[in-house]
Amino acid sequence: MEYLLASAIGVMSAAGIYLLLRMRTFPVILGISMLTYAVNLFLFASGRIAINLPPVLLNETPTYADPLPQALVLTAIVISFGMTAVVVLLALGAFLSSRNDEVSLTPTDPQAPATEPAAGEGRK
Amino acid sequence: MTLILIAALPFLGALLPGLMIRAGRTVCAWTTAMVTLTALIGLLVHAPAVMRGEVIRYQLEWMPALGLNVNFFLDGLGLLFAGLILGIGLLIIIYARFYLARQDPMGQFYTYLLLFQGAMVGIVLSDNILLLLIFWELTSLSSFLLIGYWKHLPEGRQGARMALAVTGMGGLALIGGMLILGNIVGSYDLSVILQNKELVQASPLYLPALILILIGCFTKSAQFPFHFWLPHAMAAPTPVSAYLHSATMVKAGLFLMARLWPVLAGTPEWFYIVATTGLITMVLGAVIALFKDDLKALLAFSTVSHLGLITMLLGFGTPFAAVVAVFHIINHATFKAALFMSAGIVDHEAHTRDIKRLGGLRHLMPVTFVIVTVAALSMAGIPFFNGFLSKEMMLDAASMTPWLDNPWIVPALTTIGALFSVAYSFRLIIHTFLGPKRDDYPAHPHDPGFGMWAPPALLAVLVVLIGIAPALMVGPLVAVASGAVIGGELPYYSLKIWHGVNTALYLSIIAVAGGLVLLSRHRGLDAAWLRARRPEAKAIFDSVVGGITQAANRVTDGLHDGSMPRYASVFIVVVIGAGAAAWFGGTAAGATREVTAVGPVPIVGWLLLVVASACMVIFHRDRLLALVLMGIVGLMVSVAFIYMSAPDLAMTQISVEVATIILLLLALNFLPKTTPDESGSARRWRDGTIAALGGVAIGGLTLVMLLSDFPQESISAFHLANSKPGGGGTNVVNVILVDFRGFDTFGEVIVLGIGALVIFAMTESVLNSPVGAWLKQRPATNDKAGDRHPLMMVVATRVMMPIALMVGVFIFLRGHNEPGGGFIAGLIVAIALVMQYMASGFDWAAARQRFPYHATIAMGVFAAAFTGIGSWFAGRPFLTSNYGYFQIPPMGEFELATAMAFDVGVFLCVVGAVMLALESLSRFAHRAGDRPSPYPMDIDPSRDQPQEAKDS
Repeated sequence: MEYLLASAIGVMSAAGIYLLLRMRTFPVILGISMLTYAVNLFLFASGRIAINLPPVLLNETPTYADPLPQALVLTAIVISFGMTAVVVLLALGAFLSSRNDEVSLTPTDPQAPATEPAAGEGRK
Repeated sequence: MTLILIAALPFLGALLPGLMIRAGRTVCAWTTAMVTLTALIGLLVHAPAVMRGEVIRYQLEWMPALGLNVNFFLDGLGLLFAGLILGIGLLIIIYARFYLARQDPMGQFYTYLLLFQGAMVGIVLSDNILLLLIFWELTSLSSFLLIGYWKHLPEGRQGARMALAVTGMGGLALIGGMLILGNIVGSYDLSVILQNKELVQASPLYLPALILILIGCFTKSAQFPFHFWLPHAMAAPTPVSAYLHSATMVKAGLFLMARLWPVLAGTPEWFYIVATTGLITMVLGAVIALFKDDLKALLAFSTVSHLGLITMLLGFGTPFAAVVAVFHIINHATFKAALFMSAGIVDHEAHTRDIKRLGGLRHLMPVTFVIVTVAALSMAGIPFFNGFLSKEMMLDAASMTPWLDNPWIVPALTTIGALFSVAYSFRLIIHTFLGPKRDDYPAHPHDPGFGMWAPPALLAVLVVLIGIAPALMVGPLVAVASGAVIGGELPYYSLKIWHGVNTALYLSIIAVAGGLVLLSRHRGLDAAWLRARRPEAKAIFDSVVGGITQAANRVTDGLHDGSMPRYASVFIVVVIGAGAAAWFGGTAAGATREVTAVGPVPIVGWLLLVVASACMVIFHRDRLLALVLMGIVGLMVSVAFIYMSAPDLAMTQISVEVATIILLLLALNFLPKTTPDESGSARRWRDGTIAALGGVAIGGLTLVMLLSDFPQESISAFHLANSKPGGGGTNVVNVILVDFRGFDTFGEVIVLGIGALVIFAMTESVLNSPVGAWLKQRPATNDKAGDRHPLMMVVATRVMMPIALMVGVFIFLRGHNEPGGGFIAGLIVAIALVMQYMASGFDWAAARQRFPYHATIAMGVFAAAFTGIGSWFAGRPFLTSNYGYFQIPPMGEFELATAMAFDVGVFLCVVGAVMLALESLSRFAHRAGDRPSPYPMDIDPSRDQPQEAKDS
């Protein structure tokens, strides 16, 4: 089980890193999301693997799943949604403003129709 | 008045001028003056005690762990400086009221002035060197604002920048020096440091600390070779020059040298660095001053010279010289502030400060003439004026000081300095006011109104009074202030005019006679001076700054070429490298845990996850397909959570997954549907290698972690043990979120809310830009679904809505004891709402929305905050939770915890944030040719029936 979990985290990280290094916004966002999965699982794994253990306090059993990583990962999942949403909007605004979804600055950048800084922010 | 209030008063008062300027300029000036006057009175109340030799203290712990405390103390030196700062500040405020032109923003000026005043008072009252450093930096910043007050003048801006660069750099050095000093002594409290002279001077770090501190002092007090910023700062309005550059800011360096005199002075290093620098500065400043035609430039270099004089006296390291230094600080502040204000008057009335265009003003401006004459004679060191007294004592001290065993150098150079001082002082009087009246002044000069000449006149009266009766006027103040500098027995000295015929008198006579001779030869000397090639400080400074800027640009451009993948790969490679170095450099304990057995379910899940991830990489150019594959991965992650005993996480993950996929689908609506094939195979191999290395590293690290036990005992046991008795809930995860780590969660929901508001704001700005118009006119795509809001889905979502809401409530209520809680309930409710948007259309759903989502977020934050504040009323810290059991007759015993109210806040925040984010994105779609339709369904049998019947 340990090997399965570790290799799954490794595969997701590798996929995430590869996508992160692409040149267009959408794959980069997907890459960030994949890395998020991997990191969340990694943090969760720091509580070690617990199978069939009660997550809430019961009177019968003395052992429980480690609650601390769970609590930390729970907020991390929600926050990462917020982060993804912001990044998506940055990418969208940048694409709509410049009709170009490359993540890098290129010397031949087509001029964006919008001159508003907020719309151009995503290109940085 | 407590000391902290005296220091805080100018800062608090700085709020007033901006408001009071609406009531008129005079009211504004009076308000500002009242602030300073109040602080001054507060200070003078302590004066009798300080004069008796007491030290007033005020202590407040701020960050005791760092040694940073808000400690103030008031001794003789502090009283002298604080009195100068507030007293002359009061005069400057009155003077500025009449000096500033109608178009100058006066409220702003007084605000800056009070900020500066507060910072200065803070410096001189601080009993903690870290606190002192904070005030020190504040003076640099506020003086930047004051020097650059006339923003339209390029010289003003450049002068302000130069002053900030030089004094800011010195401030950095000072921070280093002070930290070393504090570390040597083991305390950052000045009163402790001052007691540890032997410890400091014996330390091997004494010299570095000394040099760093002195760089700070020398830059602030314009000592050679950092003197050049002061003349350029003269582009400031004259009240600023009079205040900052004669009486206060430039004396901050002197103050610090005087303050640290008991610990730092007395060594050969101190003598040779400080006294030599002071001596050079004194002579250099005096020589340059003689050849300046601009009145303010002349005064600026004369200030540089006199600051050098005082620095030199402090550098001598003898108690007698320290007394003279204190005495000259008082004298210089009085006559120099008067002279600056008078120069401002001449400029104000004659519209020029060029000495070569002035002359013969004594009949036109008799009052100003008298003031300038009195102050300038004092500056020259003529008997019966206060400058004479301190100059005599200075020459006396100099004549007793050998430099490298040579008894002549110091007296000779100081006499030369004094000689030039006489020359430029008389030049100021003679070339400006005497001589024939001219008829080519740029304006018709005359004496200003009373309000403008009264402040310098008051100072001129002081000059004369101190000059005639020094012991009576300032004797006690000098005694108590020098006592604080020396920190021990006062030496023998006497403040009187006639000391008998001694060396100092001869030197003085030589200086006055030589100075007058020099002035009579001024025309020829001036021509020679102008012909001579002199290093221009501003040009050197500009080229140095320009060079540094260019180098910085080259480095930045080289490192930041705008390629994001490059940054990311550098970052990843560095992280992997650091991890590898740590791994191979250290030793890891072997596996200590048994491997858990694997059932069939995990293997299937693992296969799905790995295959989906691999496919995602392979097919990522088809974006929709990649999204579907990502959904599979997310689903498998949720399954992993539930399999490994984390139902809370599984529920969160799966609902976030839904929201994320909807979000990405909405975005994909506008983004290209495919990614072009751009990267060559070399690049792919490179990225693939980095990715594989990263994957192996992270996977390996996880495996090692999973197979070893906790190196230290986990704090989870504490949470498990206290969850029920302390937090009143059996779901430990939820109790941690809303109770143990409630403050964390509070911050996190706020971050989430801010993220949603950022999204909203960006959407607004994009849609209101030309992009919005372009989106509106965009032609509809061809492959549009014929029925965008199908009947089946509309009906299904409506039926689901109450059920979904009820599930949300259920999940929320059980959250404290069973898996569930505010986060998950919020996500479920948000998804139920989003489904209405998707099924029935944006307009239909938006028309039925009761509360704006911004308000939902705000309500959530408030609910959480008020819950937290509520515990204050029970006398407990923020967010302490409380719970109790209540009997509600038909339903039996109920548990109510305050954490529940907090969870309501979390719930509302999550609902609001998710909805605001998704709604913002769907507004793009709404703009893009989505015809507003009042109907929830495109094809509605009940509506379309008559239509069809008509057709048939």
